[in-house]
Amino acid sequence: MGVISNGTTLLDAGALDSGIATGSMTLLSTSTASSSATIDFTSGINSTYKEYIFKYTDIHPQTDTANFSFQTDIGTDTNYNVTCTSTFFQAIHAEGDGSEEVSYNSGNELGQADDFQIIAENANADADGCIAGFLHLYEPSNTSKVKHFNTNSEYNQAGNLCMNVRAAGYFNTTTALTRVRFKMSSGNIDAGTIKMYGIK
Amino acid sequence: MGLISNGTTVFDAGSMASGFGSSMVFIKKLTASGSANLTFHNGTSNVILDSTYKEYLFTFKNIHLAENTPFSFQVNTVGASGFNETISSTSFFHRQGESGANDQLAYSSANDQAEGTAFNRLATDQGTGNDENLGGFLHLFNPASTTFVKHFISNCQAAQASAHSMNRLAGGYINTTAAIDEIQFKAESGNIDAGDICLYGIA
Repeated sequence: MGVISNGTTLLDAGALDSGIATGSMTLLSTSTASSSATIDFTSGINSTYKEYIFKYTDIHPQTDTANFSFQTDIGTDTNYNVTCTSTFFQAIHAEGDGSEEVSYNSGNELGQADDFQIIAENANADADGCIAGFLHLYEPSNTSKVKHFNTNSEYNQAGNLCMNVRAAGYFNTTTALTRVRFKMSSGNIDAGTIKMYGIK
Repeated sequence: MGLISNGTTVFDAGSMASGFGSSMVFIKKLTASGSANLTFHNGTSNVILDSTYKEYLFTFKNIHLAENTPFSFQVNTVGASGFNETISSTSFFHRQGESGANDQLAYSSANDQAEGTAFNRLATDQGTGNDENLGGFLHLFNPASTTFVKHFISNCQAAQASAHSMNRLAGGYINTTAAIDEIQFKAESGNIDAGDICLYGIA
């Protein structure tokens, strides 16, 4: 059944008409961790949107000092090892009012490597510790250009440090990316939610 | 009554089904006019700041302060007052003088907090000239959580009083497991002369 108002089709065949203003940010998928080894997004990443945003909230590691990280894959592959070059810098401040700095961290960058990209290092597994932030992935379906991303994570690091970190880079492939995986460097993702949005 | 098209539920129970419409939902705009502060309190004046959304976004547009002073925020947990929750935060900036001098990237220890209860600074040294203002945003993650601390991330771009383009990035957490339902923005001295703050929920 369709709905027509004053001669204008508002919706038909189970979808809103393309001319109806609906905003430009669409929730595509929600994954909630429950002692999960990984959180995978294996569908919905295609040419429909030129940008995807992954928002992670209340990500709690099972293991203290684990690194929260992500990688991508192509087609139906499950290797999650696309070549990546990236940068990483961080602002630090201890709850005890020391260690204040903003600095580049070469230990968490990738140089044409296929490792998982760290987006939060040494996360705190205390009961109230968690990670929040977002990852922007730009036009993953492009078949002629590399695929850029940038991230910003805020968390309380093991050792009671307030951390604000930014990783950015590109997956050095002209093959379309279709999958994104998040995981900890050790142990599971004990709890937390990751939502994937498409940006028109 | 629901509305089903071709087997797909589009509307039901008074709202649009998931997958339709935008996931960034406008909630409230407050406009300053010589205002001592701008405050969003869940349940007041149609403000939503509770478990409805896992993330809230505040945008700052054309914020013009009456005095050359930091622009900052604090929160209250449910039922509390005083805007003095415990915060640990970082703050750094990059800037460039209009003359081309003083280009700089630096940590800013004067504007962070270590388990402090002061208002947390989002922008500093904003000029009060007629054309000087700041714009930016603040993300607040899951303020309704009763398990975890509450993280925030902000970025403010300001025309600094000393004729600099000033971009300040602050992040941190409100170190409480109690739910937060109220947030206040203010200038540390004087009023917010003009400007808008909009609140959005991210579904």
